[in-house]
Amino acid sequence: MMIMARTVCALTLGGFFLTALAIGCGSGGGSGDNQESGTIFTPRMMADALYAVIESDRTVYTREVVDRLQDEEKVIKASEHWKDDKALPLPAQMFRMGAKMASDKTNVFSYSLLSLWPINKQNAPKTEVEKQGLEAVAERQKPFYAKETLGGKTFFTAVYPDAAVAPACINCHNNHKDSPRSDFKLGKTMGGVVIRIPLSQR
Amino acid sequence: MRTRTYWGLLVFCNLLIGAFFIWRLQTDNQQAFLPGEATHGHHQIELACEACHIPFEGVPQKACLDCHAEELEMANDSHAESVFSDPRNLAELELLNARLCVSCHVEHRPEMVTSMGVTVPDDHCFHCHFDIAEQRPTHTEMDFNTCATAGCHNFHDNRALYEDFLLEHSDEPGVLVTPLVSKRDEPEALGPPLSFGDHDAPADREVDPALLAEWAGTVHARTGVNCSDCHVAEDPKALWDDSPTHEACKSCHENEVSGFLGGKHGMRIASGLSPMSPSLARLSMDPEAMERELGCTSCHDAHKFDTTRAALDSCLECHADNHSKSYKDSPHFKLWQEEVSGIGVPGSGVSCATCHLPRESHKKGDDKWVLVQHNQNKNLQPNEKMIRGVCMECHGLSFSIDALADPVLIERNFQGQPSRHVESVDMAVQRAIEDLKRKKK
Repeated sequence: MMIMARTVCALTLGGFFLTALAIGCGSGGGSGDNQESGTIFTPRMMADALYAVIESDRTVYTREVVDRLQDEEKVIKASEHWKDDKALPLPAQMFRMGAKMASDKTNVFSYSLLSLWPINKQNAPKTEVEKQGLEAVAERQKPFYAKETLGGKTFFTAVYPDAAVAPACINCHNNHKDSPRSDFKLGKTMGGVVIRIPLSQR
Repeated sequence: MRTRTYWGLLVFCNLLIGAFFIWRLQTDNQQAFLPGEATHGHHQIELACEACHIPFEGVPQKACLDCHAEELEMANDSHAESVFSDPRNLAELELLNARLCVSCHVEHRPEMVTSMGVTVPDDHCFHCHFDIAEQRPTHTEMDFNTCATAGCHNFHDNRALYEDFLLEHSDEPGVLVTPLVSKRDEPEALGPPLSFGDHDAPADREVDPALLAEWAGTVHARTGVNCSDCHVAEDPKALWDDSPTHEACKSCHENEVSGFLGGKHGMRIASGLSPMSPSLARLSMDPEAMERELGCTSCHDAHKFDTTRAALDSCLECHADNHSKSYKDSPHFKLWQEEVSGIGVPGSGVSCATCHLPRESHKKGDDKWVLVQHNQNKNLQPNEKMIRGVCMECHGLSFSIDALADPVLIERNFQGQPSRHVESVDMAVQRAIEDLKRKKK
């Protein structure tokens, strides 16, 4: 348990470091450093870096915490109502809690977890780029990049395939009464991680 | 000459008006700056402008969160700011910026206010949930102005209303098998029990023996709390204080005082205004109580600290609305009388405080404790907030939802049965049955 906790901590801290590096370089505030190192971070590189962190943390939590403790060791359950049920948050909830905390701290980027087959319909694609991106990652399992304008503001939007990395993912989504699908398979795409980086202030 | 006189008069008048407003800004009474009366929740502090406003900056979101953030966090706010902050919602935010409290809760515009201090049309759910009938066919015929008014959903707090919770408690009876409220824990004793002769009031002060006798009969004396613990501040050399305030109580009852200051009875003090008084209330109050001022001892009595009185008689000495006046004809009062007289078991009675200043269970590791929540706002409105923390101590979920959705029953202080039935629990059960059938196929 201790080792696992340390692993999660290390990954999270590493993630924050990488994120901070990406933000610092991407925002232009560190242009001097960029010139010194000769590195130019594009929105796409920043999104890829953020995704690497988000996806790693998410996979570790799903495999090493939820799947191991709930499905293998059977010592604790993960529940949608984790506070009431004194249980672990579901991986998707863990993801969203992180996204919320990040959005409270910065507006340099935002991220969300969406799907063409969401349990909560508010997580269905809403913009045209989200729809195109989710369809593309479901089909090709490769990242999708586009620019979009929302509320008069231009964003670089990246959509990454979100695959079922552990049995816990498919067990939950295939059996939830609000899930529109019950045939998800391990390793296959269930949705997409959408990362947005604003390119204009207005 | 005449022109110069006019100009002089004009400047003088302007200076006079300016001086008046500057003077009013320096005083406690800022009525002159009130653009319109505040909502029920804020009217007590409407003259403490700085509680919400920053000069030339308006009302920052922080001002709302300073008082309400903890409550929203505890409620697992269904529509927290983060729900809307994702850029994918920017188009909707241009219609209604739901990230800010003041977008839906505009103050000083009484003509716009509907229930719960909301100032947007009550069918606002439509903007995001317009297609709900596709996911919930049972909702097809329902109007969007009934989402939050029919006892089914709340914008912020759905802890007692979410589907799996409804399902989990679907088979509960109207009154539970053991309808008892938790026993309240008391702060740790300061020392060994004290008796009449142990009091440490200064010898040069004339002390009424009746007050000492009252003190000697209290839990304070039993737990080693002496006169000086309340009447002298932490500094032992400090002067004797004849009328200790909530600050003295706070040293042992921090949670209770914090709740009091956040609630209807203490929010004026917390905002730097004079204490709340029945004369300032919008609810009906007893005419004879109008000039009373609220502090800890106005309900608990200095020296007696009789919690039985504080739980009922203290409330009814001021509150004179129909709900309060109907209480003594209610089954709740009968249970209270039985408990107080010893016929009923401890925890079986229902006083005003049982519902409005409820006992809250806390847990950390193996430690468990129960405190009285003195902030009525935490479970007052919307009244569905009471379901989990109050009603379900004794009643089943479906009965509780029905009762709280019946305003006439509430006014009659729950004499009788709910006149209407909210179908949310039935819908949750029906969906679970359909889901089982689907899986069997």
